[in-house]
Formats: sequence, C-alpha cells, structure tokens
Amino acid sequence: MSSLSDTTTLSPPVPDEATTVDNPAVGIDQTAGNFSYKVDYAFDAGTGLSEDTIRYISSVKKEAPWILEFRLAALKKFLAMPMPTHWATKDLENIDFQKIRYYLSQGQKPKRTWDEVPDDIKKTFERLGIPEQERKFLAGVEAQFDSEAAYSNIKDIVAKQGVIFVNSTEGLREHPELFKKFFGKVIPTGDNKFSALNSAVFSGGSFIYVPKGVKVAQPLQAYFRINAENFGQFERTLIIADEGAEVTYMEGCTAPKFSTSTLHSAVVELVALKGAKIQYITVQNWANNVFNLVTKRGVAHEDAEIKWIDCNIGSRLTMKYPGVVLKGERARGEVISIALANDGQHQDTGAKMIHAANNTTSNIVAKSISVGQGRSTYRGVVHIPKHLKGCKNNTECDALLINTNSRTDTYPAITVRGDKNSTQHEASVSKVSEDMIFYMQQRGLTEAQAMSLAVNGFINDLARQFPMEYSVELKRLIDLEMEGSVG
Amino acid sequence: MSQLEIKDLHVSIGEKAIVKGLTLTIHSGEVHAIMGPNGTGKSTLSKAIAGHPDYTITSGEVLLDGASILGQEADERARAGIFLAFQYPSEIPGVSIANFLRAAQQARMAEGEELDASAYYKRLYSKMDLLKIDRKFTSRSVNEGFSGGEKKRCEILQMAMLEPKFALMDETDSGLDIDALRIVADGVNTMRGPNLGVLLITHYQRLLDYIVPDHVHVMYDGRIVKSGDKSLALELEAKGYDWIKKELAASAA
Repeated sequence: MSSLSDTTTLSPPVPDEATTVDNPAVGIDQTAGNFSYKVDYAFDAGTGLSEDTIRYISSVKKEAPWILEFRLAALKKFLAMPMPTHWATKDLENIDFQKIRYYLSQGQKPKRTWDEVPDDIKKTFERLGIPEQERKFLAGVEAQFDSEAAYSNIKDIVAKQGVIFVNSTEGLREHPELFKKFFGKVIPTGDNKFSALNSAVFSGGSFIYVPKGVKVAQPLQAYFRINAENFGQFERTLIIADEGAEVTYMEGCTAPKFSTSTLHSAVVELVALKGAKIQYITVQNWANNVFNLVTKRGVAHEDAEIKWIDCNIGSRLTMKYPGVVLKGERARGEVISIALANDGQHQDTGAKMIHAANNTTSNIVAKSISVGQGRSTYRGVVHIPKHLKGCKNNTECDALLINTNSRTDTYPAITVRGDKNSTQHEASVSKVSEDMIFYMQQRGLTEAQAMSLAVNGFINDLARQFPMEYSVELKRLIDLEMEGSVG
Repeated sequence: MSQLEIKDLHVSIGEKAIVKGLTLTIHSGEVHAIMGPNGTGKSTLSKAIAGHPDYTITSGEVLLDGASILGQEADERARAGIFLAFQYPSEIPGVSIANFLRAAQQARMAEGEELDASAYYKRLYSKMDLLKIDRKFTSRSVNEGFSGGEKKRCEILQMAMLEPKFALMDETDSGLDIDALRIVADGVNTMRGPNLGVLLITHYQRLLDYIVPDHVHVMYDGRIVKSGDKSLALELEAKGYDWIKKELAASAA
C-alpha cells in the first residue's frame, strides 16, 4: 500500500507482516473513549468507494464467490437509492462517501488470548476496561478494532454447549450453511440506503448461534472501536437463537474525537425461533463527529421474545429504529430506548413493531433527553393488520428538556386495524426547571451534578432493567456528558 | 462558634427592589424569627442568602464567619454550611431521598474520595429514628406526590443529615396544618444546639408556640423595623401588623 488516496489502483492484499501506513493519531484526552493510538494497518482499502474497494475487501477475506456477488449487487442498490432526506435530516447530505476509508485491519484472524493481541490495539481495549469486564461477568467477548475483530473468545463452558460466537468473517467461512440461511433475510439489502451500503462493504460484527434449549447464563459482549480518522465501520451481526434457547448480547461502542466525520453503519439481524429469547443491549458513546446510521431488526417466531435495550449517547447524528417482526403466535417484542442529545447532536431514534400473527404483544418505552442545542426525535411504527386478533401494543415516549434551546419531536405512526386488537400510547414532555436545579444546588450538588442526577432520575425506571455493570456504565456516561454541558 | 452577618442588604428581582437595607447577625446556638406581613421580602431574603440566580444583590454584604459568600454559587454556599428549608421544595422524579442525600454527601467529599455506603446508611437510619421517620420514606422519589407534611419531613431530614451551620427556614404562608407545623417544630427543637443557628421565617405566631425563639424581628417593606425577644411575637399576635404600620407612619410624620 503506497498511498491512502489510492482508490483506483488497489494493490493486492499483502500478508500479515505488512507495510506501514501513516495513520493520523490525536492527542490523548481524559475522557473515556477519546484517545487513539498510532496503529500500522496491514490491510487498507484506501479512500473512497468503488467496485474495486469491494473486490479488495472480499479478496482480503478470501470470501466465497456468492458473497462477492451479494456485495456487488448491494453496491448497485446503494448507488441507486436516494438519501432519505425527504423525511430525515438534511445533515445526511454532509456525508462524503468518497472521503471515507472502508476497510482497515491488521489481519483477519482474531486472537484467542489478550497476550496475542498486538500491543497497540491491546492497550486501547485495556484502557476501555474490556479484559477486566470479561473476567468479571461475561461469557464471551469479541473486540473489534476498525474493520476486524482483534480478539474473540468464548468461555469453554459455553462453547461446550455448542454455542457459536465468532465474528462475521469467521462465521461466513466456517458456518456457511447456517449463515446463508438467515443472512440478509431479516433486513434485506435494499431495506434502506445504509443497509445497502453495509451489505456492500460489511466487515466484522458477531455471528452467534445458540443451539436448541441452551440458555447462556452470562452475557456475550462485543466492543466496537473506531480508531482511524475518516473511517467507516460497517459491522454485520447475525444472532440466531434456536428453539427454546436464550441469550443476552451486549455491545459497546466508542471512537476518538476527530475533526472530520466518521461513519458507523451497522446491520444487526436477530432470529428467535420458537420459544427462544434474545436480549440485545447497546450502550454507545460515540464521539460527536460520528454519523451513526444503523439498521436493527429481529424476527420473533411462535412464543419467542426479542428485547432491544438501546442507549444512545454521543454521535453527531444517530438514526436507529430497532424493530421486531412478530411472526409467530404469542411472540413478544420490546424496545427500551434511551437517547441523550447534547449540543450539536441529533438523536433520531425510535422503534418498529410489525405484528404478523395473532396474540402477539409489543412494548415500546422511549426516553429522550435534549440538552442545550441538542435535538431528539422519536419515530415509531406499530403495525397491526386487520385480519389479526388479540394483538396488543403499548407505546410510551417521554422527553426531558434541559434548557430552552433544546428541541424534541415525536412522530408515532400507529396503525391498528380491526377491532380485536388494542393499543395504548402515552407521551410526555418535561423540563428540568431552574428551580429544580437550584433546589439540588442548595443541597451542595454542583450544577453539572444536579443535571446529571435529574437525568438519571428520569431514566431510572429503565436503567433498573439493565445488568448492573451496564447501568453503572450508563450513569458514568451521563455524568460525563452533563459535566461537559455546563459552561 | 460561627456567625452569619447580613449587612445593609439590598435585593432586587429584575428591576424591583424587594429587600431594602436589612442588617442582622445570627450566632450559632441562636434561633431568630423574622415575622411580617405578606410581600415584605421575607422569602426573598432567604433565597438571596442561599444564592438563587433570580435574586440580584444590589448592595450590602453577607458574611459567613467573616468571609463574604456573595461571590459563591449556590452549591458552594450550601457546602459552606448554609441550608435553606424550602417553602415549596421541588420534585425530583426518579431520584429517591436516600440517593439524593447520598449525592449531596458525596458532593461534600474531596475529589476521588468515595462515600462509605454502609456508614452512610447507618447515619441516615439513626437520624430517621431520631426524627421518628419511617424507614420506607427514603425510598420514595424526592417530594414527588408528597403531602405538605411529607415535604416538611423531607426538608427536616435533609437538614439533619447535612448538619448545616445555619438553617434558613422559609415557612411563610405555606398554610401548614397542625401536623406539618409539629414536624418542623420537633425537627428544629431536636437539632437545636450550640452548633446550629436558625433563621425562622414565619407569618404567624403559632409556629413560635412550638419553637421558642431567642430573638424576634419584624420585617416590613424590605427592612427590619422592630426587634425584641419572644414577647414581641405575642404582642404582634395581639395587636396585628397594623400596629407596626401605624407606628412606622407615626415615626415618619
């Protein structure tokens, strides 16, 4: 690799020993995720997007021909589809797809022990506390650094039960039948422009299969780290819980603060077969230059349950509407979402519940916090067709405004047809008043501590449903955000 | 031994002058009552001392142990030992009293120092026992859906936990029923002692039947116009505030 801007003449992949690529590094900051180390990438698809970029990624990964075809078809779709600016923010137009780097890695095979992970990458994850968390309470960890997992491990006891937990590159290579059966079925390539982009250039993400009746007691965790400037991270996650299986998956995400924009566009597909339960928890803390445009959806079969817990902190723009297709009778879907929009941020989040069988139930609880110039938008879709009976939906949207400049919008689209189904919708907007802050300050809390406590109180009933480690992490992130928002 | 000195204090809300040259010194161990008709600036005085951003101090001084507190934010004043018992305390949805007080205690500790949780709860429960407060009370969200009496109980408990040097108790016109009145009075009487100075703001004499003040001041039109001992409160009760107004008119003529 001679030059970063070398988009047209991509050299063939080089083996692991690799050449050096200049990688911009920023100064190390106090804040948790805002640091980056200089890393030498062995594999670099250069800047910009073309068929060659995709051929490069596919050949580096030594993919089967059908995957390359899948990618190339997706690129065509992506290029043909318009930006969804007729309903979404115009800020999307500021993404310059030709200035983004689509693939950066040190190698395609993740290490099984932290000792084997290259030092420059290991120290990043150590600083983020990942190895420590793994020891304490996780059944397995995958740590993705830019395009590929640097580390991936599952505890023996879980692996022995037949649970597969690998990154998507390995999943495609080692479990093609299983992968192919479900891949792209929940979220088709053309679902939206960004699912098409992901389908073209995806790399990394998790592939999980939990066999029939296996209940994974501890959570599996993936951590997604963006390290390079002008980078696009496009992980692809597929989780399949076979009949009666249960699994909790947690993901964390961070990136350092660069002056240029970074793109994160993941696709996550969940399949809960008969009687299975999947709980998917996200706590993201993106730097405020990240466009975070993610498509997440699950299919719940008969008596199955899918629960999305989604905490969106940071980023410049997040657009994310986790959904559940309730395909089998008595399936249950739930979205619990918390979004915090600080100055210069727009959290455009929500949920989709598509009822497709009788006696299915869905629950949406969305809480948003807007601080300063921050903007929160809730978009929800609940669809219950006329021919169904016994379906229930509950939707609650609560917004908290901190100071007068912040903005919140709610766009619920609830279509419930037929008279044998029911829905309930509640929305509220409240403000953290000056008097409330004064009251807390009078007890000795600083203004930032007071706001942070008010926000934690607002989300308290939801945060209590999280695993303890994550609610502690969430509280810490909120404290950091509030500290930064007081002049 | 501490002292709170208020010197020729002038306070405005917007353009409107409310407190117009008030001077008063309170020492630890003393209970001062400020009485006066509605709209004379009693509540304004307490909020201005506590540092509410809507209240502008146009001139004068407030000194805590000789040092001015006027340049300090409300939270700094609180940590220095000023406590304001609110007439209308704010609700903090989702934050339990126990967690709120814990955060307030934590805020008083040095950076990096962690509150000892078991010692904190031990202390909290001993204060609650002292004030005869049910254990379940502190798991409720601060003031959310509280009755008038519960709000008072919550303020008193916070005061007991935070152990201020000076408590400003804004009880004016709050339409306290007899039970709420007793909660405040019992609380203050329990905590009364050589380490606490109290400024009790009240419209009616009846609170002073339960909390016997060392000094009574009558406030009218932004100033203290008359001071005396507890008998002044009884005199006011008998003669009404018109008596003060007439006296003032006579002396002005």
